[in-house]
Amino acid sequence: MNFDYNEEQTLLDNMVTSFVRDNYDWDTRCSIVKTESGWKEENWKQFAELGLLGVPFEEAHGGLGGQATDIMIVMEQFGKGLVVEPYMSSIILAGGLISKLGSDNQKEQIIPEIISGKQRYVFAYAEPQSRFDLFDVKCSASLDGENYVINGFKSVVFGASMATHVIISARTSGDQRSKSGITLFMVDIKSDGITLQNYPTIDEYRASEVVIENLKVSKDNILGSIDDSYEAIEEQIDLSTIAVCSEAVGILQVLKDSTNDYCKNRKQFGQPIGANQVIKHRLVDMMIEYEQAKSILYMAVTADLSNPIERRKAASAAKARIGKAIKFVGENAIQLHGGMGVVDEYMISHFFKRATMIGILFGNVDFHMKRYIELTQSDIQSTDESGGISLS
Amino acid sequence: MDTAFSSEDLKFQSEIRDFIKNNYPKELKDSISQKRKTGKELSRDDLMTWHKILGKNNGWSAPSWPKKYGGAEFTPTQKYIFEQECAKAECQYIMPFGVNMVGPVIYTFGNEEQKNKHLPGIISGDIFWCQGYSEPGSGSDLASLKTTAVKEGDHYIVNGQKTWTTLAQYADWIFCLVRTNPDAEKPQQGISFLLIDMKTPGITVRPIKLMDGSHEVNETWFDNVRVPAENLIGEENMGWTYAKFLLAHERSGIAGVARSKKALERIKQIASAEMSYGEPLIQDPAFKSKIANAELELNSLEYTELRTLAKDSAGKGPGPESSLLKIKGTDIQQMVTELAMEAVGYYANPHLGTTLSNEYVGPDYATNISGSYFNFRKASIYGGSNEIQRNIIAKMVLGL
Repeated sequence: MNFDYNEEQTLLDNMVTSFVRDNYDWDTRCSIVKTESGWKEENWKQFAELGLLGVPFEEAHGGLGGQATDIMIVMEQFGKGLVVEPYMSSIILAGGLISKLGSDNQKEQIIPEIISGKQRYVFAYAEPQSRFDLFDVKCSASLDGENYVINGFKSVVFGASMATHVIISARTSGDQRSKSGITLFMVDIKSDGITLQNYPTIDEYRASEVVIENLKVSKDNILGSIDDSYEAIEEQIDLSTIAVCSEAVGILQVLKDSTNDYCKNRKQFGQPIGANQVIKHRLVDMMIEYEQAKSILYMAVTADLSNPIERRKAASAAKARIGKAIKFVGENAIQLHGGMGVVDEYMISHFFKRATMIGILFGNVDFHMKRYIELTQSDIQSTDESGGISLS
Repeated sequence: MDTAFSSEDLKFQSEIRDFIKNNYPKELKDSISQKRKTGKELSRDDLMTWHKILGKNNGWSAPSWPKKYGGAEFTPTQKYIFEQECAKAECQYIMPFGVNMVGPVIYTFGNEEQKNKHLPGIISGDIFWCQGYSEPGSGSDLASLKTTAVKEGDHYIVNGQKTWTTLAQYADWIFCLVRTNPDAEKPQQGISFLLIDMKTPGITVRPIKLMDGSHEVNETWFDNVRVPAENLIGEENMGWTYAKFLLAHERSGIAGVARSKKALERIKQIASAEMSYGEPLIQDPAFKSKIANAELELNSLEYTELRTLAKDSAGKGPGPESSLLKIKGTDIQQMVTELAMEAVGYYANPHLGTTLSNEYVGPDYATNISGSYFNFRKASIYGGSNEIQRNIIAKMVLGL
């Protein structure tokens, strides 16, 4: 049993850490999010050169064959810098779907383009009414001769304004909330029939509403099989959930360490505010929450993620538990920074905002608690022997 | 990162399982479960039988002790497996006072004579130890202790009062912190670590009843107790150093993850039998969510413990992280005892589950369940209160 990184993982960790240190100091980050596009394409080229864009892809397609731990390493460090480039949405989520469902031909054509940084795919799945239910799909695709015609509306698609292509989940059969009947289509994001309404998010990332009107798509652009994509969507969202949990753990570390430093330096009544026991204990509780969050993330990345039940449990356990840690550490970080906590100018509020939005992404605490409960319900054995509980 | 057990670990696990299966006495299990139900105190035999069986088997009663002192010298992973298996089988736990507390102090700071005299009895379970730290005026502020030991020839004369002496009613020996230099500059500097035979004239033990009616702890009085000077551990006035060493060891096993897991499993079974709104309680959304919440806390803590363990294996030793394990471990124990009480509804009420004419009342599993809840309020207070643990982390980890 060990929680150390192996040699390759240590190299990866060092590489991403130095990227963030050298290219993502606070002032640089502020200037990036203020640009019109809201990201720095140059950084994406650098990711490609460093091999980061290939981390989760199979070696056969030029990737590194990375697993959950490797993705955790990248995302945790990105969290510490609040890196805005669409790595999670494009590489982990959309890239994961293509790896999972793509035909050999599609994978051979697309994955090298993604790894080289030439193409960026994003996945448009959420709809105004769907909330966190991945199967709730109104957007419809109907066959018209050799082509499909898609009509619908996709909500809050992260990184769409930076993407070259979009994967759209559309209903090809079944009711609005049926798990079967969902098909994925890959199209050039500039196709006729797609309109993007781009906007900055509260935490200074970019997202878009995607309006789809009479979008014509050839059968060749279907990803996976017709009517049968739900399982794969759920799987890739689970893996992406664990990835954003990793990002959150990186952010929580910054929140807790910066607050600790601040409380050592900020003087009131002639002493550092951290000399007060009420502050000390709060900081200890923040540290405990951070450690507990990190622990459940480790549980998730070392779980047997190839087993669907274990994967679902791991993702929901981690997201629910880390969601609670986000609220506790985040809100207390702001509180202990006092006035400095609530201003836009100082970096702590930005970390808090990103962490809070991660809390919602792919399902909030309530959603994942409910899912975790449903998944563990069958674990209960019937009453065996008599006798109450005994802890000692 | 690798959390899977190695094939040797798995072999070790089945060895432990088999040993428990073949050697844990059924009569002991029955006796303990019967007494828990009727609120009778566990006897010294109940507490020590399993310890003695383990002691005869390559020192398994002292899992982390070095082999040269008769211990099992398990690796941290093996120790974890051992604790898990014992908890799963609901084995009586090993009394910590000898094995986890005074034993490591003796083999780390004691002389050869003291090692030879005391260590074998701790391994075998023939000698029952208790702890003389707290005093009525010295709880969290342990260094303020007032019990005095004055050197007179080759003896110390001990006077004073210790309290919260767990299971002193069974103890053969007590290890005590005593004040040997009342004039020291700092209170910590005048303290010594003394081993005292409980049969020495002048020692009186009086029971303290806890709120669940149990008799676990005592007051221990010392009235001109003559203790041979050879029973001093290490150097005079250096006792605080040994005491701190001991406290770090005491806290390392305190998370109780495996036992809490077993208890949570039991609560789910109880909640499947109990009804609420015409359905098993386990279907009740509010209750389900509390169970899931406890489970997530426990999962996180398990991995926090494993991470600490992995650090231990790398020879980094138990540090202030053990305070984190103590805080969260006892939080969860209290969460679990509360959930259990909540699960049985009205049948939390009958004291010990028996009528005045000794007939059982209510479901078997409900017996003394509220007793556990009330009893376990102690957990966030003992072993250094959870507030003191936070002070330790603030100072040692956060540098505040």
